[in-house]
Amino acid sequence: MARYESIFDSLGLRDWCDAEAEEAPMSMAQLLAQTQGDESLAEGERLPFPSLDILHEACARIGQTRDLTEGLENGFLSIRNGLKAVLDPITQPLSWMLDGALWVFEATPWFVMMPILILLAWAVSRSISVTGLVAAVLVFFGFIDHYNVAMQTLSIIFVCTTISMVLGVPIGILMAKNNRFQRIMIPLLDLLQTLPTFVYLIPLIFLFSVTESKLYGIAIIMYAIVPVVRLTDLGIRLVDQDVIEAADAFGMSNRQKLFGVEIPLALPNIMAGVNQTIMMSLAMVVIASLVSAPGLGVLVLRGIRNLELGVGIVAGLGIVLLAIILDRTSKAALARVNVSQNDQR
Amino acid sequence: MSDQPKVRIRGLYKIFGEEPKSMLPHVYGGMGKPELLDKHKHVLGLQDINVDMQAGEITVVMGLSGSGKSTLIRHLNRLIEPTAGEILVDGDDVMKKSQEDLRGLRQTKMSMVFQKFALLPHRTVLQNACMALQVRGMDVAEREEEGRKWLARVGLQGYENNYPHQLSGGMQQRVGIARALTSNSDIMLMDEAFSALDPLIRTDMQDLLLELQVELHKTIIFITHDLDEALKLADHLVILKDGAVVQQGEPQHILLNPNDPYIEDFVSDINRARVLRVRSVMHEGVEGQGIAGDVSANDTLEQVIAFSGGDTSNNYRVVQDGEPVGFLDMTELVKALVPRVSSGDRGAVER
Repeated sequence: MARYESIFDSLGLRDWCDAEAEEAPMSMAQLLAQTQGDESLAEGERLPFPSLDILHEACARIGQTRDLTEGLENGFLSIRNGLKAVLDPITQPLSWMLDGALWVFEATPWFVMMPILILLAWAVSRSISVTGLVAAVLVFFGFIDHYNVAMQTLSIIFVCTTISMVLGVPIGILMAKNNRFQRIMIPLLDLLQTLPTFVYLIPLIFLFSVTESKLYGIAIIMYAIVPVVRLTDLGIRLVDQDVIEAADAFGMSNRQKLFGVEIPLALPNIMAGVNQTIMMSLAMVVIASLVSAPGLGVLVLRGIRNLELGVGIVAGLGIVLLAIILDRTSKAALARVNVSQNDQR
Repeated sequence: MSDQPKVRIRGLYKIFGEEPKSMLPHVYGGMGKPELLDKHKHVLGLQDINVDMQAGEITVVMGLSGSGKSTLIRHLNRLIEPTAGEILVDGDDVMKKSQEDLRGLRQTKMSMVFQKFALLPHRTVLQNACMALQVRGMDVAEREEEGRKWLARVGLQGYENNYPHQLSGGMQQRVGIARALTSNSDIMLMDEAFSALDPLIRTDMQDLLLELQVELHKTIIFITHDLDEALKLADHLVILKDGAVVQQGEPQHILLNPNDPYIEDFVSDINRARVLRVRSVMHEGVEGQGIAGDVSANDTLEQVIAFSGGDTSNNYRVVQDGEPVGFLDMTELVKALVPRVSSGDRGAVER
């Protein structure tokens, strides 16, 4: 079978290879070959790609592919305690915030909460149609007995978006100011954005207990923070260089420039980032309910698990409605920022 | 103090590239712009600039695009760091200032007006006009009073609460000028301040600037690529080409005595009758043959021709501040209207 044995022999590595030879577990290829019983075909015609498994057959010293994944797992487990000791206290406030917000949203009676939310929508958007839409959706949630779960979801979104903004905007500003930092951050952001969302959860489950709310909080924030960081960076970099030059020419300090010129001029982009962040954290809510996040996601999950078609669809549409009102409200706010400031040069 | 130029530039060089400092020996050794670019891949931006700018005068730096004029003006407040040389403002070397002092200088001594206005789009006209004072940390009421005063002075009362994008280009630049004036600095840097405006508005703005200058006596450094504008505004004209000063001096003098084919080309296109003034073509001393009347030393030749009714046989007495200072021979005047061309071109005309 082993086509690559001769290479190790010719390199004089045979002794080294066999020194620790032991009966390693069979690789998948071997297993298949065994069960199919025609080893001759595999051996005779084709030259297999020198993968770890194939090389392992030729030289027992070389690990199999499964050792790689196993090594990764063991490595993670070995640093787990240290990591936990550091991360646990740092992230604890997140649990408190999530639990606190959840308590506030649930404990406030509907006849107080709904007007507050409607007024908030008005304050942010200054648009009658958007405010009307928000009111209608909230009433509809109440009417179909989904008000409480919707509030739970909203509380999670509220906390996660706020934290994403608080962390994301400064990171974005730093990226805009420092090219090296930007070069480091961009692959990281790409990773966060494209890593399948379930994959976040695996190491997090190892680190934190599934019953802790920060578990899903972290997963949502890691996923949703990306757009606000990216668009803050972009927004600051796009600020008209002539205006920056004028600010310099009149002797503004860096601080005055940042708060007086750059952030205000980048605000439309930053707001667009916030809008996207809200949408993405909403998208993450269903997956987060796998690890005990309350809200509409739980109902969607129940629909999948028990094949309760109606429950799943109503909850799913509920998420869509929530997305629509959050999107329209934040977009109206964005439009307001745009009008009150910019000439499109 | 009064004799000392307000701004003095000495041996200023700017080289763009990877290692500008190491290129200095080559440049001091006389290597020109094309050669430096060819051999060392560095661009010679400015080359041995020596200019004195007197207090209360308008110094116009003129050149075509790429001549380094915008680079030069940005050296004065160090928006661009020079490679070598010194810039003295009231005798202080700007190059030696710390970042802190430099900001102080930009806040109090120099203000700037930009080609593209560069107003803050999210602030009102009034807030824009008060920008320099706000940066300095003056309180709101005080700075807004100052801002209103200057906005009114440039003809923008009633627009205080508009946003810049609601105004036309000319009005936006008025805000730009008000912003520079509000800072109450002695020195105003104007980087192609009127180039983005249409011709009529541009003339208005030039008149506004001259009018303000009569009152305020700022030291103005004005960048332009337009010779008519340069001649209209300049007390001292500096002509740049490829990063070097080709000629500088009194504009009338340059017009009558261009010392470089490049400048001859430049000046051959303009309306000399409107630009040249009596004082530049008159004879000094008082002689009294056939005096047909009085003209002022500051009249343009165009005005004199109109006054004479086209009669070239007359002589006129030239008067300044009520005193006779010289006389003007109309024949000389007409000769002065013909541009002095370089010898090659003259041959072509004769043929």
